[in-house]
Amino acid sequence: MQLFSSLWLWKLSCKGIIRTTTGQRHLKHTHTCFRKPQHKHLQRDQLQNSEDYWERRRRTIGLKEWDHARLSDPDWVCAGSAGLDAVGIWFRECTHDREEGTQSEDLRSAMGEFKVHRVRFFDYMPSGIRALAFNQDTERMAVARMDGSVEVFHCSDRFFQEKIIPGREQCGIEGLSWVGERLFSAGLNGGITEYDLTNQKVKYTIDAYGGPIWTITGNQQGTHLAVGCEDGTVKLFEVNEDQIQFERNLDRQKSRIISLSWHPSGSKIAAGMMDMIQVFNVETGHSIHRMLADRGAGTSRSKECVVWSVVYLSDGTIITGDSVGMVKLWDDQTGTLIKSHNVTKCDVLALSVSQNEDSLVAGTSEGIVVQFQFVSMVLEKDDKEWVRTRTFRNHTHDIRAVAEITTAVVSGGMDAQLVVRPLLDKIEVRSAASALRKIHFPHRRLVSCARKSGLMLFQYPGHLELWRLGESEGKGTPGSSLFVKRNPEKLLQLKVKGEDHIRCSAVSPCGGWIVYSTASTLRLYRLHCDNNNISITKISKLPKVLSSANQLCFSSDSSHLFSASAQSSVHIASLSQSGCKFVGTLKPKSGSHQAIHLLAASEDGKWLASANSDHEVHIYNLQTQKAHCTVPVYSSAVTAMGIHPATNCLFMMHADQQMFEYSIEQKQYTDWSRTVQRKGLHRFWVERDTPCLNVMFNPQNPSHVILHDMYMLCIIDQSLPLPDDKTQFYNQLTLKSLTEEQRKSQSHAFKVCKTFKDILCVELMPDQSLVVVERPLEDIATQLPAPIKQKKFAT
Amino acid sequence: MNEVLSGMNVNLSYPAITTERVNRFVLCTSGDSVKVYSTRTEEWLHSLQGHTNQVTGIALNPANHLQVYSCSADGTVKLWDFIDGILIKTFIIGYPLFAIYVSEKHEGIVFLHIAMDTDSKKEGFQLVAVHLPKSAEQEVEAKELSAVSSHISPNPSCTAFGREGQYIAFARNLQLNVYFFRKQKTYSFSLKATDKKGAKNAFTCIACHPTDDCIATGHEDGKIRLWRNFIHKKEYTYSTQHWHHNAVNTLCFTPEGTNLLSGGIESVLVQWQYGTGNRKEFLPRLGGSILHVSASSDGQLFCTSHSDNKITVIESSFKVCGVIQGLVKGDAVLTDLMIDPRSKALVLNGKPGHLQFYSLLRDKHLYNLDIVQQEYIYEAGLDQFEVVKAAFDIKGYWLATVEERGQKSADLEFFLKLWSYDERTQSFVLNTTITAAHTDRIISMCFSSSEETTMLVTIAEDGQFKAWCQGVDADTKQDQNFWSCDFVGSYHNLKPTNCSFSADSSLLAVSFQEVITIWSPDTWELLTTLCQPPGVIRDLCFGRLSCSKYLISTTTRNLLCCWNLLTCALEWSTSVEVSKLQSDPLSENVAAFSYQSKHTDLFVFKPNEPRPLFTHKNVCSEKIHRAVFVPREEPLNNCDESSQWLNRSQLYFLTQNMDLLTFSTATEEDRMLSSSTRLVIDDSVAVTPFYLLLGKHRQQQQKLNTPSHQAADRPQQPQGSVTITELLHTPAHVLPPASVLCSMFVSSLLISNTGVLQDPLRKEMESSEQEMNSEKEEEDSEGEMEACDSQQELRVQGSVDEVTPKLSKAQERELKRVRKTDFSWMAGLIASKP
Repeated sequence: MQLFSSLWLWKLSCKGIIRTTTGQRHLKHTHTCFRKPQHKHLQRDQLQNSEDYWERRRRTIGLKEWDHARLSDPDWVCAGSAGLDAVGIWFRECTHDREEGTQSEDLRSAMGEFKVHRVRFFDYMPSGIRALAFNQDTERMAVARMDGSVEVFHCSDRFFQEKIIPGREQCGIEGLSWVGERLFSAGLNGGITEYDLTNQKVKYTIDAYGGPIWTITGNQQGTHLAVGCEDGTVKLFEVNEDQIQFERNLDRQKSRIISLSWHPSGSKIAAGMMDMIQVFNVETGHSIHRMLADRGAGTSRSKECVVWSVVYLSDGTIITGDSVGMVKLWDDQTGTLIKSHNVTKCDVLALSVSQNEDSLVAGTSEGIVVQFQFVSMVLEKDDKEWVRTRTFRNHTHDIRAVAEITTAVVSGGMDAQLVVRPLLDKIEVRSAASALRKIHFPHRRLVSCARKSGLMLFQYPGHLELWRLGESEGKGTPGSSLFVKRNPEKLLQLKVKGEDHIRCSAVSPCGGWIVYSTASTLRLYRLHCDNNNISITKISKLPKVLSSANQLCFSSDSSHLFSASAQSSVHIASLSQSGCKFVGTLKPKSGSHQAIHLLAASEDGKWLASANSDHEVHIYNLQTQKAHCTVPVYSSAVTAMGIHPATNCLFMMHADQQMFEYSIEQKQYTDWSRTVQRKGLHRFWVERDTPCLNVMFNPQNPSHVILHDMYMLCIIDQSLPLPDDKTQFYNQLTLKSLTEEQRKSQSHAFKVCKTFKDILCVELMPDQSLVVVERPLEDIATQLPAPIKQKKFAT
Repeated sequence: MNEVLSGMNVNLSYPAITTERVNRFVLCTSGDSVKVYSTRTEEWLHSLQGHTNQVTGIALNPANHLQVYSCSADGTVKLWDFIDGILIKTFIIGYPLFAIYVSEKHEGIVFLHIAMDTDSKKEGFQLVAVHLPKSAEQEVEAKELSAVSSHISPNPSCTAFGREGQYIAFARNLQLNVYFFRKQKTYSFSLKATDKKGAKNAFTCIACHPTDDCIATGHEDGKIRLWRNFIHKKEYTYSTQHWHHNAVNTLCFTPEGTNLLSGGIESVLVQWQYGTGNRKEFLPRLGGSILHVSASSDGQLFCTSHSDNKITVIESSFKVCGVIQGLVKGDAVLTDLMIDPRSKALVLNGKPGHLQFYSLLRDKHLYNLDIVQQEYIYEAGLDQFEVVKAAFDIKGYWLATVEERGQKSADLEFFLKLWSYDERTQSFVLNTTITAAHTDRIISMCFSSSEETTMLVTIAEDGQFKAWCQGVDADTKQDQNFWSCDFVGSYHNLKPTNCSFSADSSLLAVSFQEVITIWSPDTWELLTTLCQPPGVIRDLCFGRLSCSKYLISTTTRNLLCCWNLLTCALEWSTSVEVSKLQSDPLSENVAAFSYQSKHTDLFVFKPNEPRPLFTHKNVCSEKIHRAVFVPREEPLNNCDESSQWLNRSQLYFLTQNMDLLTFSTATEEDRMLSSSTRLVIDDSVAVTPFYLLLGKHRQQQQKLNTPSHQAADRPQQPQGSVTITELLHTPAHVLPPASVLCSMFVSSLLISNTGVLQDPLRKEMESSEQEMNSEKEEEDSEGEMEACDSQQELRVQGSVDEVTPKLSKAQERELKRVRKTDFSWMAGLIASKP
């Protein structure tokens, strides 16, 4: 219902400004400095004795229940068994909330004991999913979001988010379509956009001159695109080598075209409209059939029935989903209704049919996906019927797009999560790759950290925020939270100029430079920060080559900026007080020209590694500015990598959870890496369903590698033996209960900490403290628009 | 004399309710017989008797729609002609049988559930196919058993035949198996025990679509799954529908397969439209939870059987068109068994929160009286109001009830309600609700039996007994009389245990632990106390008639004492463990049920002699807590000494298994049989010209009869029924020509007409002679009757008692009491004086 009303809103707003996802409050400020008020301590003391204070504390720490025995000392709140390892890794926690920042004191020298800044003031808000398009041949899923960004997921590589094309203001995408390996989108601004997937940017946009476009679909032959426009025309575009060209209009209708579907032969098109479905002959452009969709009963009779989605099957059946909540089957020979299924009381918003046309999924605004199957009613006979079978309830909000891929049903909607629900009857072997998967966060880092100065840069689509971490005092027992001496404060909010959204951003390790890039511009700022005065100056004269970047990175001494750009090349610029100077360009010797999505510079400033979407990792020698070597290409994408400060080994994490360590100097995999590959990783490790997003090294313990994904934080101790499938993987609690000697035999290389949830970023600071940036999913859920109210049993 | 199961108590224990095409019948198992009911009249027609043990299942013979198979725990399958009630064949299997299934495609084969091991304690059942041998003999041994599957669920609704009998589907716990007969292959599909939301997935019932390959399964959490494509191991698929909040008890497809019916504890019949997702219709408030649903072969009628001993007949338009109600059996009978003095109906707990009135004479449920007057919520474990006590005054004008909630928890809530009989509406109307009658639970209550003032005495665990009287409310000053407390009494703060009024209401006995206190209800003076420790008093009862000077009490320490109230001394006592003491209101007899060494014995004695009149060892194996004497309509004249105590009233008692048992004599049995055959004639008559003639005639007759016998429950014997019976029972092809018949038929009508005409004549005569001496009237009418034909004579002799006092009802009763009660009381006094 809520969607229905928003339809009018969109219609009105398509000429003017379309609502933005970013906050409106700071639109006028481009450079704003913030100071936090200082009365927080008072508040905290007042709250301390009240019940809700403790309750809030408990929730922020993530405890299920208080351990009442330890509550006698109000300053120390103990988080039960939150410790990471009995061997000596302790997590000292302190909470950083937007209201209530805390920080902890420095530590004794116990090995692996960390003070943790638990950061929850990054209000990252994922944008709702508007359209899905699946490419059977390349197994890529394209996802369009409400903010106009387009993402490409690799379905057979654990749904890794390979490519992100950031959106722009006023760019509401309504439809996505693959034509061969080319991706097209159309939106309410009336334009058709083709994307340059190699460089991850918009290739061109042409206007269809038919008002807002509601739908776009390409035929199976890959020759034509059809778009449905607000003015009631179906426009055919011919897909040429490098462009698309308008061919002609089909017969113009009175009302807008909401949905379109080609017959697999390409000779007919079915169009869903207000209150009716039209079938067009593509040759003549005339309408063959006009089928009327029933309006709802009772009061909804006066409302138009919107045919939200239509699917044309090769046997001539047309399936439609409409705002009355019906999935209807029509015969295109006679133009009559064959059967109708009442799926929901609200709208059926999306339909998708499987490749072999024996299964259909329908997404509704109640957040349900309903599956229909084409099964024979009498066994071993051929008279088949569409029968409603399964129901999947994985969403809380409207489902705006569904797609049935070979082995799974993918759905996305207003609640901004992409859900991959496997169809177990299509899967031969059950494995980690075939589990239910919910993708909440992008597989890129949105946070960068100035390690030396304790600054954090948060990347929002339309602005950047710079925060200074808080400080704490006192000592605590493991798992306790510390008293906050100084609250974290927001130093800066930087609004992007222009309509494009930010593609990548970085803050230099010294905290003196901030750089960000959109699709069109790259901006570099000098940050002066002495005590309470913060000033920022834009570096006006940038070298021409630094016009746009796919990925940005500073060298560890903050003297150089690396900017990944087109053709898999990396530009180097040197930074100084006077400004920015172009130094040179690093180009790979050979290979693909896919955009680089990861950069890693070595601590000693000698090496730079880059990873691109074709899974290639190139290593450059920065001193000679030449390509040093290329890591052997692995079948899965690199999700995170880092160069070890001591050994200069490149540590790579892949989407299929495999890990490699490559010695740059010796140009070969290290022995440890070979051992890992030979022995194989533990089942529990491989079955995790989110990719690792960061690789860090502990300078005090060279054998430690710190990794994190969305659900956990892991320390790999390369000096300890690897676990095999028989050993207990999550063994911290067991180890705790054992004696010193037994521990040695039981312990293995993987120490997993699941104290933190919904992690966006983990960073190790030079003072041996960890910064954990969390974004609890509950907080996201509270900021979503209200879902359709449903009567539930016993409510 | 023998003990029989009173016919009404066992109405349905099993699924097989079937309707039949021509004359609609409902068949249901009932103990060791199968009962046949008419759907049109809801009347019990006859029962198919012959099994020697519990009948566990019935199935219509698919080859002949007039025949039915029944299987029983005695190891036999019997084939019946259920219209005429004829046993056609008996097949001896030799193992106890638990369910029967038949299929059209498998002619001559029945499928049976038998226990895996010979001792049926183990929960292993197997499904066997039995080839029924073709033989002319009445009794055939069927030895050709072939096992279809072992490890079958003991629940018979978990097995069903698929489309055209091609496969059979059976489920057990979490596994569904489909066995294809042609391929001889089993496909099995299993579910996880629970899903993420904690729903329980175990199968509870199965139904197969008649034309499509679709299996519907019901689950413990209330889900219904529709399975398709189950020929594939992997690509099978199912859709889930969920409405029931608790386990689905039964599923049934309509014969065309357009709808699926389901039922559960909610007592709502749900009709799911097949193939259109979740469109469904509901038929709510059907009574107890639905145990079984079945549809007639033409889809016109559905039947649901309920846990409260009821069958509901439902039209395909989802309208209830008939209710066949047996004695409602709730979880427990908390009230005593009582007899409504007006209708002579048995009254006890019925539906939750109701009292049921059950006519023992006609073996028919009369009505439910809603006591609690709150909507019952069908949810397990919910503490709801329940009627725990009820009592009638002697005229049947007042009814007192106690309802209680929170027996298990600490906070007890209870109400005392008084109901008066409303002549106009012919039912009880709430008069007074007392919210805080006592501070603690009411243990017992009784009405005084005096004529002038009705008084109710309640005793409670707070140590008090209270007397309640009707009085004009000073505040409202209305005409209506409400009940208020008249007296509060206690005795040394002891907890009372029982109370009883003497037959003339001049004395009230209240027992406090070991002490019996005797009070005068007029002055509320404590007359005397009787004490005979050890042991707390359990039961109290005054003697009647000639023995009214005696007070009998039982104690927890196995003592039965008889006190003489004139001497206030113990007359006699005996050591016997008595669980229930019940006195006959119409005679001096007292029945005592004693429970010893795991069986119950019955003693009937007169208080004046410590020797039992009648003993019956091993009545049943359970303890008896509820019993009642039901006055007979007409006294029997049994000369046999052992059965004399049954002459005036009949003893009914309730076992802990909720079986209502009674004692009856051989002559009674014969009469019951004859009356049952008569019922058959009444209702199974087809609509023929004969029937129409007869029906018109009978209506006329009823119209004439009703004024004269308003209160009588006794059904009228149709006039000249012999001829008509003969006429209708003779097959058409052997009937003589119509010309011969016609004269016979007309003459039969003539005779009956004269007979009927005499009734109003006599009535007139009687009314004119109303002031005359009743004895004289009796003589007169008797003399007059002699003029009638012999058939009439019999009938009138039977109803002598009713004909005599054609005064008003109250007068009649008074007269009776003057004649019997008072006099005997005096006689008793005289006899005891010297």
